[in-house]
Order: sequence, then C-alpha cells, then structure tokens
Amino acid sequence: MSADGPLQSTKTVHHALPHDAAALHVTGVARYIDDIPLPQDCLHLAFGLSEIACGQLDALDLTDVQAAPGVFCTLTAADLDRSADCSPSAHDEPLLCDGPIHYAGQPLFLVAATSQRQAQRAARLGSAETTEKPSLLTIEAALAADSRFEMGPRIYSRGDPDPAIESAAHNLEGQFILGGQEHFYLESQAALALPQEDGDMVVHSSTQHPTEIQHKVAHALGLPMHGVRVETRRMGGGFGGKESQGNALAIACALIAAKTGRPAKMVYDRDDDMIITGKRHDFRIDYRVGTDVDGRILGIDFTQYARCGWAQDLSLPVADRAMLHADNAYWLPHVRITSHRLKTNTQSATAFRGFGGPQGMAGIERVMDHIAHVIGEDPLEIRRRNYYTETDRLRAPRGVTPHIHPHLTKTDADLTSRGAESSAVPQDDPVFVRDSTAQKTPYHMPVEDFILHGLTDRLVQSCDYDARRRAIAAWNAENQILKKGLSLTPVKFGISFTLTHLNQAGALVHVYQDGSIRMNHGGTEMGQGLFQKVAQVAAERFGVPLDQVKITATDTAKVPNTSATAASSGSDLNGMAVRIACDTIRDRMAAHLAEEYQIDPSELRFKDGQVALAGDVISFSEAAQRCYTGRISLSATGYYRTPKIEWNRIQGRGRPFFYFAYGAACSEVILDTLTGENKILRTDILHDCGASLNPALDKGQIEGGFVQGAGWLTMEELVWDDRGRLKTHAPSTYKIPACSDRPRIFNVDLWDGENAEDTIHRSKAVGEPPFMLGISVFSALQQAVATCGPHYPDLHAPATPEQLLWAIDRARGVS
Amino acid sequence: MPVSFRLNGELIEIKGELPTRTLLDWLRDQGLTGTKEGCNEGDCGACTVMVTDSRDHRALNACILFLPQLQGKAVRTVEGISSPSGAPHPVQEQMIMHHGAQCGFCTPGFIVSMATAHANGAQDFDDQLAGNLCRCTGYAPIIRAAEAAASAPIPDWITADKAATCAAVGHPAARGSTAKSATPDAAAHADKEADVAQPQSADALARWYQDHPEATLVAGATDVGLWVTKQHRLLGPIAFLNQADDLKRIDVTEDEIRFGAMATLSDILPVMAAHHPSFADLIRRYGSTQVRNAATIGGNIANGSPIGDAPPALIALSARLHLRRGDARRTLPLENFFLDYGKQDRWPGEFVEAVSFPRQPDRLRCYKLSKRYDQDISAVCGAFSITVEHGAISAVRIAFGGMAGTPKRARNVEAALKGKPWHIETIEAALPAFSKDFAPLSDMRASAAYRLRTAQNMLLRYWHQDHAAPAMIEEAPL
Repeated sequence: MSADGPLQSTKTVHHALPHDAAALHVTGVARYIDDIPLPQDCLHLAFGLSEIACGQLDALDLTDVQAAPGVFCTLTAADLDRSADCSPSAHDEPLLCDGPIHYAGQPLFLVAATSQRQAQRAARLGSAETTEKPSLLTIEAALAADSRFEMGPRIYSRGDPDPAIESAAHNLEGQFILGGQEHFYLESQAALALPQEDGDMVVHSSTQHPTEIQHKVAHALGLPMHGVRVETRRMGGGFGGKESQGNALAIACALIAAKTGRPAKMVYDRDDDMIITGKRHDFRIDYRVGTDVDGRILGIDFTQYARCGWAQDLSLPVADRAMLHADNAYWLPHVRITSHRLKTNTQSATAFRGFGGPQGMAGIERVMDHIAHVIGEDPLEIRRRNYYTETDRLRAPRGVTPHIHPHLTKTDADLTSRGAESSAVPQDDPVFVRDSTAQKTPYHMPVEDFILHGLTDRLVQSCDYDARRRAIAAWNAENQILKKGLSLTPVKFGISFTLTHLNQAGALVHVYQDGSIRMNHGGTEMGQGLFQKVAQVAAERFGVPLDQVKITATDTAKVPNTSATAASSGSDLNGMAVRIACDTIRDRMAAHLAEEYQIDPSELRFKDGQVALAGDVISFSEAAQRCYTGRISLSATGYYRTPKIEWNRIQGRGRPFFYFAYGAACSEVILDTLTGENKILRTDILHDCGASLNPALDKGQIEGGFVQGAGWLTMEELVWDDRGRLKTHAPSTYKIPACSDRPRIFNVDLWDGENAEDTIHRSKAVGEPPFMLGISVFSALQQAVATCGPHYPDLHAPATPEQLLWAIDRARGVS
Repeated sequence: MPVSFRLNGELIEIKGELPTRTLLDWLRDQGLTGTKEGCNEGDCGACTVMVTDSRDHRALNACILFLPQLQGKAVRTVEGISSPSGAPHPVQEQMIMHHGAQCGFCTPGFIVSMATAHANGAQDFDDQLAGNLCRCTGYAPIIRAAEAAASAPIPDWITADKAATCAAVGHPAARGSTAKSATPDAAAHADKEADVAQPQSADALARWYQDHPEATLVAGATDVGLWVTKQHRLLGPIAFLNQADDLKRIDVTEDEIRFGAMATLSDILPVMAAHHPSFADLIRRYGSTQVRNAATIGGNIANGSPIGDAPPALIALSARLHLRRGDARRTLPLENFFLDYGKQDRWPGEFVEAVSFPRQPDRLRCYKLSKRYDQDISAVCGAFSITVEHGAISAVRIAFGGMAGTPKRARNVEAALKGKPWHIETIEAALPAFSKDFAPLSDMRASAAYRLRTAQNMLLRYWHQDHAAPAMIEEAPL
C-alpha cells in the first residue's frame, strides 16, 4: 500500500509501523508469564509423566517425590474432588491419569515445590506400577483396529468421480505421507494462578484462548465463569499450539492455588512441553486422478487419513479443514474427499498454523507434480491449466477491485462523525449466493474472488521463471552430482472459523478525559502484531497519533466470550469490533460537540490529533474533556460478527469462508544427490493481504510463515520409537529452520489489491496462508529429484536428506 | 565457592551458591528476566549473554554456564546492552526498524548475539546467529537488522568491559563488589567447599584430580551442563578448569600442532583455517557460536561421544592424545582412546591434557551430514586424508563419527585403497569394504542404511572434489 492518504500526519492504517512492543522486545523488558514478579510463597509445579504409551495405571508410589527437597505437596487423580478435564471438545482429557494410560508422556501426577527446578527434579522420582498393553501408534495400526474419532469416515463429494477417473485419458494414483510438526514456540507453555478472596481465581496464561482457559478452570474449580479471570498480555509464539494445550497448566495451577491458598506457577521444561503437548497432525493421503490429455483434472478421489492421537481435541475441525483445502486453487469437476480421523496412542494432535489446510493443500500440489511428471510438462503449466476460472466481476486490471462499497472508498469520509459510521457496520447480506456462475469448490462454495491467474502471471515475470527454468535445465544437464529444482506453487486459503458461531468478536474502548485511549479486545498477541494493527484501526477512527492509544492485555473480565485467536481471524474480527466501539464513542462525541458549536455533526473532522469544527479547531484532548464535563459516556463496547457465512459440516455444503486469501511462491533449490543435502537458493513470493493494515507486519507473517512451512516439509522430523516414546523432544534432536536455512535470495511482495469483501479496511487475514507457500520448496525438491532418472520419485514429507536420497534411488529405478 | 564478576558493568560477588547453579537461573532469580529459558540445553540461544575477558567478547548460553565459570569475567545480559542511561544499542535500533522481533521471546538472545558480533566486528551473520532460533520471522529481517547495524561504532559501554577485565577483576577478594546472597535451593544442598576446585594450572588440576578421581571435570559445560539441567543430576566433587590457563595453549611448531585440552572450538578454528580449511569448515558447523565459545577440544574427546565431530577429523590427521595422571603422562593414537561405547582408555584420576597432530600437506576433507545444515548433531561425520603420489594412493586415513559406538577408523576401506591407482574404479571397488568396517545403528537422526550409503558416497565425493567437480551444495553458484 502506498503511504499516501488522508492521514499522513497521523500514520495509522496501511502504514508499515513496527510491532507495538518492539522496543520492549529488544531490551528484554517485554514480560512473559515466567517473568511476572511472584508474590511470596508461590509454588512451582511439574507433571510426572507416563513412560508407556498404552495400558493401565495400577499404582503410584510418590514417597520419593514427597521426600525430595522443596516439595510441598503432590496431586493425583484420586486426590481430586471433581474431575478436572482439559479437553476443548469431547471431555476426554483428564488432567491426571485416572486409570487408563493413553500415551507416553501423559501426566500421571502433579508435584508442587518451592522452586521450579525442585519440582522438575522431584517429578522424575515417581514410581508408577503399570500394566502395559499393545499400543496403536500408526495410521495403519489404527485403521486395522478401527480406532477412530467420529463414527466412520467423513465424505464430501460433488459430481461422479469414479467414471470421470476411469474414462479419462490419463489415470494415475499414489500415496503421500506427511509428517507432523512440533510448534516450537520459543516460550514453552506457562500459567500462573493467583487465589483471590471468596474462592475466585485470577490466571495468567500463555494462551491463544483466554475464554477457554477461563471456562476450563471454572469447571475444574466448580465455579461459575464469573469467578475466574484470565489475563494474557502476550505469548512467546503460539502457532496454534496454545489454542488448547495450555489448559492443563492453567487447571493444574488453579487447583493447587485453590487447595493451598498459595499462588502456583507452571512452566513446562522444553522436553516436557514436546513430550506432553500435541503437534500438527500427520497425514496419509491416497489419491486416484483422471485427467485429459493436457493434464486437466476430470475426476479425483482423495482419501485422507489423519493421525489424531489419543484425545479428540480439535481434530475434527482440523480434518475438516484438510478436506476443505483438498482443492487448493484447482477446479475439480468430479471429486470425492474421504477423511478418516484415527485415534492412536500418541500425543493428541492439535491446532497448528493452517489447521489441516496445509495437509490438504500439500496433497493436491503433490497430485499436480505427479500429473506433470506423467504428462511430461512444466508443472506450472499443469497448475495454471487447472486453476479455477476468474469470475467476471474480478476479471479486471490487476490490483483494482471493481466491487467497492461507496461508503468505504474514501477514508476521510469515515472521519466524519455519526451518520456514516453505523452504516459501515456490515449488514447481514442475503446468505450464500446460490445463483453464482462461478466454479464451485468440492463443498459447493462458488469461488468468486479468485485472483491467481493475474497473481501468477506477475510472479512468473518478477521471478524470471521461464529463463531460470531453462538455466536450471542446462545446469542439470551439465552436473551429475548437484541437481537443481524450481517450482511455483499457489495458495488459496479459506478465511473464517468453520464453526460459524465463533466468527464473532468483542471490544472495549475507553477515552479518558485527557484524550488518551485505552483499548481492549478479545484477540491475543503472540507476535503476529495483532495489537498494533488493531491500535492502528482505533487511532484512525479518532484521528489521533498511535501513541495516544494504549494497548492492554487480553482480559476475560473486559471482553467476555471471546473466540480463540486462531484461524487467521484476529485482525478481521477484532479490528472490526474495535472500530465499532470507537465509532460509537466518536459519534457521541461528535453529537455533543456539534451541539456545543451549533453545527451539523457531518461538519466535524477527527484528524491529526484534533477535532475540526467548521472553522474552529480543538485538540482531541480538549474534545474529550468537553465531552466528559458535558456528561457524555466515553466508554463503549463493540461487537462484530462475520456476515455471509453458513456451513453444514456433515453434508459438506455451504459457504464456510467469508473469502479466500491468495498467494504464490517460487522456490529454487539445489540438491546433493550423494547425500540428499539441499538448500533453498532463492524464493520469490507474491502474497495477497488485501489492502494491508500494516505491510511490515504482514510481510513478517509471510516470511516467517514460509520458512516455517518449508521447515515442516523438509528438516522437521518427529520420530517415535516402537513403544510410542517421542525421541525428538528437544531442539538437539528436532530441528526447526536456523538462520542459514532461509532462502539465500528472498523476495517478498504484497499483491496490491483490496479484499472484495467488506473486511476491516479491505484487508485480508495473513496468519496462516503464507505457511503453505513453503510447499514450493517441497515441490522444487521433488523436481530436482525427478531429474535424476525416468521414474516418479514418490517423495514423502518431511523431505529430509535421507528421504531425498531414497527418492533419488526410486527416480533412478534403484531398489 | 565465592565467585566475582562484572554484571552489566557492576562488580559483584556471589557467595553460597551451588557450584552447578546456572547463570540463567541465577540471573532470573535476581529479577533480570530478559534472559530467557527456551530449551535449557544450549540449543536455542534465548539465554545468550555476552562474556568478556581481556581477550575478546564471546556469546555464551547462560543456561549451561555454571557460575564459577564466570570468575573474573564481565557479563552483559540484554539489560546491559543498552547504555547505562537507557540509550539503545545500534542493533536494538535496527531490530526495531527492520521488524526483527515478532513474539519477542528469542529477541533478547538475538540482541546479545548481534551485539557481541558487532563488538567483534564479525559480519558472517549466518554463523554468528546459527545458535539463535527464531520461530516467527524466518530470520530475514533479523539479518537485515544485523547488516544495517554493522557500520555503527561500538558503544563505549561495551568496550568498557574489556578494559575493566584487563584491569583484572581479580579474585573473590575484589573490593567494592555487591554481595548477592544465596537462594533457598543452595541452602538445601549445603555447598561442600572441599569438593569444589578451581585449579589455576594443569599441575594443580593433576594433584587435585589424583585425590578426587571420582570428581566431575567441567571444561566448557556444554555436555556436563545438560547432566544438571536435563538429567537433574547432583554432581559430587567437581573441578572447574576454566582458570587453568596453561591448558588453553595452542602451539604450532614446525613439526606439529598441539591444542591444550581447554582450547575452545572457537580458539582452534582460525588455526585450522590456516592449515586444514576443511576442518575449519567442519568446526564452523560444530554446535553454534555460543557452543563453540564454550566447548573445548579436550571435552569433545574426553566425553567419548560417538558423534563428536572433532575426533574423526583428528584421527584422519594422525592425532595423538596426551593424558596425564598426577605427574605421569602418556600419549596414544587418538583412535585407541575410544575403546567402546561409553568406555575410554582413561584411568581414574587421569585427564586429557592435550591433543596434537603432525604438520602435513593438507589432504584432509571433512564431511558432516545432518538433518539441518547448521547447529545439528551429525548423523554421519566422515574425515578423509588421502595422499596420491605418481597416480597411486600412497597414504590414506579415514575415520567416521556416527557409524559405530565410538569415533572409528575405516581400516578395511583404507586397506582397499592403499597402493591402488587413484581412479574411480578404485573408489568403487573399495565401497563394499565399508560394511566390513561399520554396522551403524538406526536412530532418530538417520537409518543404518542411510548412514552406510552416505559414508560410501562421501568417499565418492572426495574423489569428485579432487577432480574439481562440484560435489557439495556449498560449491554451487547462485
């Protein structure tokens, strides 16, 4: 976005401003849970963990634990008056093992000690008598045992895929195995509970979902939700790993705090965090495809197998979203997607950036590469040939959105006071455009905002795709050991919670009599810059400099019933809610000042930290003071719910998404065919953030998401032993990308369009979509391998050096 | 044992703490919570601190740094990177300007690593920052910030540390220090002073260790640190070797190169760069800057790990190990030191004093194979030194890490090569000998089959590189 605009002097929306806490981050004073100064007598907690993956807990001997230095007390399931459940869905996650053991790493008991190290040391001293049973660790084992969540598989379909596949010119089938991924947020899970009078509890939690923490803690304590207040200032990274996985710590702290009357804190040791908490779902995706002679898909049949782990957690919507992204950017005329949600004796897989979307999308991108291999054409041509068509209303010059709501076109128009503003609140339009002529997704949603043709064209040009592809072919012809690969892959990602009712948000805004503004909303800050983006929105509404807006910790006592900061929805939902709250106050201020000055409210302007009143100008502070003395309420809530969405997840029909976010990445890799070692030489990205609220923060999400996605598909490998024990439970053995793993040349640009839908300042969500740009790296590696021989390489993920070496063998036909 | 050092410019003395108290835990208990715990094993860098002595500024991981190791040093945490009056350091300014922080949790560690690199004039940022993990940014903005700050002058409050330590902080008796009292944790485990030693020389160590053969010797603590932080072991008698300066000596003579056991990997890197560049490239991928600044060559050998990276390369260079017990010294070929998994030819009370290898024409190539290029433990580490005279292989030494329970020579492969013509046919004919030398394990790093196959391919790579064919990704042009 350009820096030009009516608000140049008070830089707010659309400006590349630093993260609101940047100065605190770089000086080390930004406070995380573990940094909060503790009251006296705080207890520190640690879990004792199961070493077996499946069986029965027969007896627990905690004598040595209790005798260990500093130990104050222990807690087992038998000590609990009421069940303490940590599940965000099916109430199938007891805080402490109550008999059945479901995975290696399951908490068996809790120890409270006077220091964290003492608690951690003591937790190792428990002695569990168990009866071990055969465990189900793999997708295949769970399938054989019919161990699953939901009854049978879930199936979404459209058309008649079987005859379409069978009668097609080309037929191919395959199987794609995708590993999971550890979140590796740098700040491990943490919670601190502070007991209050009358049995109330205050909990500080490193969570993406304070309301969930509140709800679960209240349940465990037997309190109404009003008895629990949860506060989250910031997380040291979340990535979905703190949507539900913080429940156990918060509940544990609250129980100990309630029991002892002392504050209680729990911070997972890194190894414990990795052993206890859920990760990205690993998938197996089987596919059968029929295409025409040019590689256009005529019919496709996907079967997705998700390894969900021991508890249901968020696995159903994760698996749903994998189905909803099985098409990615491609028109699938006849399609069936079958999804199995398998229950295994492993960590309960959970939310992770993309929430199943990446797995679904990686499946169809794998199919594209497979088709290209069979047809013998540039995979990019196959991809473009299969793209959804663009609808007329969007077939317009690049970057221009023809469908613009008049009341949102001019930012300065928004600066007028009441009148215009309430109409800016999106109304519930007629739901679901049923007569759309656009091509439909496998779940019957018309794809009306497709921009990937133009976006791809532009990226192909800017990254010099054609010339580089020729140069790489020449390199590969000359070099026997080092091979290069180049791939351009698109992303189309659906934005909205698929559980429709979650698409709501609240905000609370106060203007103080000195003109300073305090802002609160339901979203949480995990590094994505949500607080800054939303503050930019608030500053813009009042026409004040950004530093006049105070950003405060998420607090369930200020904004209730919030949804998780997840599904990339943070700024879409909370930005709108804050805007609405601000406008309520501004309208009141305008009405009051207009009356004082005997002018029409429409003549007022909130701009440059001032209020212009038909020739007169007063500071915003003075305006606030006048409103206060005029007995005008300067505090308001705001509430927003996403329009136009409806979704039936059982039938697989509807409009689950308000809109789609798009992007594409082109990556070039080099591969050592002697060892499988590889490197990303260059990546070019063009990504669609709509009219970005903050291009700097959005670019940060894109760069970071890409590297994280590339890590998932390359070096990040989770390994369990044959007894279900996670062997990669620390950064010594689980390798997230390091500094030198970023692309050597890394060009990131934002698509300069606007959201066709009426979102906050026409921006688009950006948290998750760029993650899937990392698929370009996997695809490029696959192509580098394919240059080694005539056979299909059948590369699986993660493409570690070892996996790549075996794929090279397959390409060469070496068994 | 009392310890004194400068902390963010202020001279302090600490008494009554456990000798295995980590700097990270101690700092955080003082309220200096900018230094973060990300992994507590030295792999993420969130706890990075700058430690300065009269020689240099070094980034170190505070989570596996015991307090006695800081004796006489100057420590700067992220709180001390800004000026005493709060003015930002250039790297802090640039990190804000370039959006280098997102969640901010790794940021203090990055700031300290960047400030340390800045103070040392280092601009190889991929190496300087390989030990700092960030999960949010994808690193690009951090590198932009580091590059933008590179030309700024070094702030005087940073340079002051070196001057202060040159003036000698001296010993615990240093005056004007602020005493910090012990924490309850230490009180619970009475510090038995008699069981803790900080010998000032190899001789002093030899005497003490002979009397305490059951003791744990702490060199850089990059391994022993984890016994404490991860295994929660309470160590018995313990000696910190960091004050024994004579063990840090590096001697390059006409005949040999000799590293004192306490020479760090960072210390030996420039020496190797001059004599055996491939060894230097290997060291550059050994741990991270923070780990190399602490880890010693003696520790890397003495702990007997089958996946330590230095031993295979040293074995290929015909290194000899110098052991000492009291006044008795012996030397042995390095490969003979490693008897079996977890078992070395070392007597109770005997310690590694030095390792040496003969000066020789550089025919060494080292290949490290890991899932991640930087800061990863080797799945396979191969070291090859093959001398060709008149078209035939006149001398060959090949050793591997990760292929057996110990670092091990590939004697059958060597035999299959020696005396043969330097042809690809010779190489190919030697490949089956690998399975006579090695029966590697499968683990989370790699399968046995992959290890064996890539070990063989490393020999092919050596041949190709010797014939000027690009055979490593580092050699590829962009």
